[in-house]
Amino acid sequence: MSNIFTDTFAWLADPQQWSGSSGIAVRLAEHLQYTALVMLIASAIAVPIGLYVGHTGRGRVAVVAVAGALRALPTLGLLTLFVLLAGIGLMPPVWALVILTVPPLLAGTYAGVSSVDRNVVDAARAMGMTELQVLFRAEVPNGLQVMSGGFRTGILQVIATVSVVAYINLGGLGRYLFDGLVLSDFPQMLGGSLLIAGLAIAVDLILALFQRLFLSPGASAKPDRSQPAAVDLTDPVTAEAVVQGGTS
Amino acid sequence: MGWFLANSGHVFDLAGQHLVLAILPMVFGLLISIPLAQFARQNSTLRSVVVTATSLLYTIPSLALFIILPSILATRILDPLNVVVALTIYAVALLVRAALDAFDSVDDDLRQAAVAMGYKPAARFVQIDLPLSLPVLFAGLRVVSVSNISLVSVAALLGIGNLGMLFTSGLQRDFVTEVVVGIIAILVLAVVMDAVLVLLERLLTPWSRASTKPAGGASA
Repeated sequence: MSNIFTDTFAWLADPQQWSGSSGIAVRLAEHLQYTALVMLIASAIAVPIGLYVGHTGRGRVAVVAVAGALRALPTLGLLTLFVLLAGIGLMPPVWALVILTVPPLLAGTYAGVSSVDRNVVDAARAMGMTELQVLFRAEVPNGLQVMSGGFRTGILQVIATVSVVAYINLGGLGRYLFDGLVLSDFPQMLGGSLLIAGLAIAVDLILALFQRLFLSPGASAKPDRSQPAAVDLTDPVTAEAVVQGGTS
Repeated sequence: MGWFLANSGHVFDLAGQHLVLAILPMVFGLLISIPLAQFARQNSTLRSVVVTATSLLYTIPSLALFIILPSILATRILDPLNVVVALTIYAVALLVRAALDAFDSVDDDLRQAAVAMGYKPAARFVQIDLPLSLPVLFAGLRVVSVSNISLVSVAALLGIGNLGMLFTSGLQRDFVTEVVVGIIAILVLAVVMDAVLVLLERLLTPWSRASTKPAGGASA
């Protein structure tokens, strides 16, 4: 078995694998581009709705129910369904990914806004802020820690799912897994897998660092131990677990 | 519908394999997480080490993990054991947190009352801590159950038998019905498993029905 590791290492270290149109650099860039595209579309849908629901409290039950139900949808099934119905190309898988990414972002944004101490919100309102000012000057800054948690897990989920997209003839680092599988080229598969795992861990660490450097630690919501033990989507930790629950 | 009826034996067969691959990691995950959480509760350093380490493992995408594990476990790439181990790792990552929260949720006065009544540590854990933390543990288990059932299907990409095979073969044959049947079958499995867990929780925590406020998990 030991030569698998040396073969994989040789594959990863080979400069030829890194350059060219199907080189690691290009695949990595593709992977990040798909991820950015999906996150952009999903955020454009999820953030406004999340802010609205979090601020007004309207539609709370619906958001929790939809997020829960979508969590059970198998990623691979949705991807294949979209490709069969809409054809090969960039957008069908991207829309499938957007559908899978909106719920965690929505839950995260909503949980962030509603995690803010009601006294703070009431105080902001009492000071004469308009509803929009209450939202953007009190609720969003105070809920940012929880929100960024939701985004972190959302991005990780997309990075994970984008590796599956290679199965339907798109690029990204997942290509190495499926090309390797067809050729029974195990070092290539293992090398690709290590790259994907490394990318996910690196992105998570960078986001964690970003969160620590740029967000006020005072705004982090501390779990309230006096609450009864029921777990629901409004709890940031659970929301995160729920968010994570659908990665592939 | 016609395709499903004609192939129901095949679908049920795959569903059975799917269920085994989803349930085994839940059981193993629970068996590992409870002692691990008890161990991590000793002090805050251990606690953050365990939580950080498991959440780091959790960030590894499943498809990559399915391929990395054979080289570590010396298994073949088609071995279902890889899937069981990978999903057990994810289950532990989620359940350790749930178990830590669950044990935290037990009122300390109750623990002290149990000690005062002469409970030995082991008996106290089994008869007081564990039953009282069941609602939070079950909430965690329900999350793991849904995510496992969805994740197992990814293993079909490598040729490991489960309902995800309906997606891969549906795509190859350009046959939408098969994919739709697969999605519905997986959703049904997830709903049934969730209902079983809710029922199990109700059976194991008869006292929670007596109180006015349900203590069960609210996450669907």
